[in-house]
Amino acid sequence: MSHSSFRCIVSVFFVLALPLTKVAAQDSLRPLDGVRVGIDYRPGVRPTVVVLPGRGLDSARAILTRDLEYSDRFDVIALGPQDSSAAAANAGGWTVNYSLFRTLGAEYAVELAPDGVGTVVRLHDITAGAMRHDQRFALPAAFDAGFRMAVHRAADEVVRWITGTPGAAASQLLFLVDRKLYRVDSDGAGVTQLSAPGEDILSPAWSPDGGRIAYTRFGAGVGSIVVQALGSGQRTTVPGTTTALNITPAFSPDGRTLAFARSSEEGTDIYLADIVQNCCVQRLTAGRYSDNLSPTYSPDGRRLTFVSSRAGQPQIYMMAADGTDQELLAAFDYGATGNSSAPEWSPDGAGVAFHRDVNRVPQIFILDVATRRIRQLSSAGRNEDPTWAPDGRHIAFVSDRSGRKQLWVIDVLTGRIRQLTFVGQVRLPAWSRRLAAPASGTN
Amino acid sequence: MRSPSRWVLLSLAAALSAACGSKQAPEQPAPQPTAPAPTAPAPLPTPAPAPAPTAPTTDVGAAAAAARVTAAVLAEVGTVVHFDLDESDIRTEDRAMLDRKAALLSANSGLRLIISGHADERGADEYNLALGNRRAGSVKSYLGNKGIAATRLEVVSYGEERPVSMGHDEDSWFQNRRAEFEVTTGGSNLRLP
Repeated sequence: MSHSSFRCIVSVFFVLALPLTKVAAQDSLRPLDGVRVGIDYRPGVRPTVVVLPGRGLDSARAILTRDLEYSDRFDVIALGPQDSSAAAANAGGWTVNYSLFRTLGAEYAVELAPDGVGTVVRLHDITAGAMRHDQRFALPAAFDAGFRMAVHRAADEVVRWITGTPGAAASQLLFLVDRKLYRVDSDGAGVTQLSAPGEDILSPAWSPDGGRIAYTRFGAGVGSIVVQALGSGQRTTVPGTTTALNITPAFSPDGRTLAFARSSEEGTDIYLADIVQNCCVQRLTAGRYSDNLSPTYSPDGRRLTFVSSRAGQPQIYMMAADGTDQELLAAFDYGATGNSSAPEWSPDGAGVAFHRDVNRVPQIFILDVATRRIRQLSSAGRNEDPTWAPDGRHIAFVSDRSGRKQLWVIDVLTGRIRQLTFVGQVRLPAWSRRLAAPASGTN
Repeated sequence: MRSPSRWVLLSLAAALSAACGSKQAPEQPAPQPTAPAPTAPAPLPTPAPAPAPTAPTTDVGAAAAAARVTAAVLAEVGTVVHFDLDESDIRTEDRAMLDRKAALLSANSGLRLIISGHADERGADEYNLALGNRRAGSVKSYLGNKGIAATRLEVVSYGEERPVSMGHDEDSWFQNRRAEFEVTTGGSNLRLP
C-alpha cells in the first residue's frame, strides 16, 4: 500500500477500518458522527538506533537518547549493564564491534566521546559497517545554562544525518499558567517564568528566529501587545495597541510585521503593524459585528489563516497577507459543525492545525491545505490550542486527559503521544522554531 | 374579595367532594405566581413621588431619602445581563431591565458606565475575549438605541478570565455569560426617572 493511498483512507471522506493495532495505546480513537478519526500512519520500519555507552558524558548521552526517542523516527535501543563490556571495548579505541550491534538489531550507533574541551559525536552505519559522520560539538559544562540546548542541537544533527531532516529538540515552548508566562524546553526540562509578578499575560507568540516574543499584556480592560527581546529583555509596545483589547499577535516569517486582532465596539478585526519602523498600522478585515482574530502566517509569508465568526460561528478562514481574497478554509456545516479556533500554519506550509468542537468538546484537527481535507487527531478528553514543532510532524496542545490541563505532544504521523508539562493548569502554548546557538553575550 | 374564577374553583371543589362521597376534598391548588420570580432587585415604585421642594421635611430625613434613592438607582444600574451560549444578542427577558437602565441613565445625565462583557469557560480562550467584547458592545448598542450617548458608555471585555461562578455546569456557565456595569463617574445624588 502506497503512502498516498493510505492517507486517502484515513482522510475524512473515506470510511474504512483502520489498523488500530498500529496506533494502540496512544489516543483512544473512536469514530464520531460524520468524521473520520484517524492517524496518518506511514507504514514502514523505523531505523533502529543504539546510543553507545562510554566514559563520562552521562547526562549528554541521556539527553541525546531521549531526544532521539522523542523524535519518533527511530526505535532506540537502551543498552543494559550486560552490554557494557561490548561498549567498553570500543570506548577507548574507536573501533565499533559492528557485528555485535548487528545482532542487537541496530542499524545505527551514536557515539559520544570527549575531545579536548568539546565533544565528538559520531554516527556509525552498522549495516554498512562504517562511520558515516564525525562532528565536534562545543558542549558547555553540564552545569552551564546552555548545556541542555547544546546537546539538543547535537541530537537534531544526528537525526538529520540519519533521516535527512533535523530533529526538533533544540526548541522551546511558551505557555501560560494563571496568566503568567512560562517557557519550557521541548523535552519538558527547564520550566522558567518569564513574566513579572503581578503581570497578566495572554496570547504568547515567538518571532521566527526565536530572539523575540510577543504577547498581550492585560489589565483593566486594556490589552496591549508587547514585543520583548529575550536577550536584552527590552520591551516595545506595538503601535496602535495602547488602548482597547489587542490579542493574538503573530510575527511574519521575515520578523518585520506583526499581525494581531483588535477589538472595537463593532467587533474584532485583524491588523498589521510594522515592528521595524514601529508604525503604519493597517487593517485587514472589516467584519462589522463579527470577530476576526488569531492570524497565523504561511511560512512563505504570503497568506494568513485566521478565525472569523462572519458566518455566525467561529470558523477557520484564509486571506492573502494584504487582506484580499478572504475565503473559508476549513469547510463546515452550519449548525452541525462545532466552533473552530486557534489555527496555526505548519512550518512546511502543507497543513493548518486547529481545534474544533465535536459534541461541544474541542478536539485537534489538521487541514491539508492543498486538498482542504481535514482529519481529527485527538479524541481523549478536551484538546485545544495546537502548536507545531519545528519539524512539522509534532504538535503540542492543551489536554485535560490527565485530569487537569497540561501540554501534550503528539506525533502526527504515528499518533504517539507524551505529556510535556506537569505544572498548574496550562494553556495557550506556542512552539518556537529551531533555536540557533546564541551569539556570545545575548540570550 | 370574590372573583368569578374563585367562585368557579369553589363550585368545582364542592362538586368534586360531592361526587367523591366520603373521600377527602381535593387540596386547593397552590396559587400560581402571575409573574416569574424577579431575578433583579425588586423594582422601585416607578414614578416615585418626588418630595415637593417646599414640603417641610427635616434635612436629615431628606438626606437619608436621597441616599436611599441613589443606592436604589445604583443597584438597578448594576444588575447583570446574561446571554445565551455563543450569543451576543440581548435576550427578550433582559429587555425590560435594559429599558429601565436606559431610563435611569436618561434621568441622571452625569452617570457614566463601563460595560464589561464576559464568557463562560467553554470555547477558545481568545475567542471568548472577542465574544465578551461583542456582548458588551451589544448592550451599549441597545442603550444607544434608547438615546444614551455613546460617550457615556465604555466597553471592555474580560472573556473567560473573570468568572463569578467556579462550577463546571450549566448554571455556572449561565452566571458567567454576562455583561456587568460599573459606574465610573456621576454616581452620587442620583434621581429616579
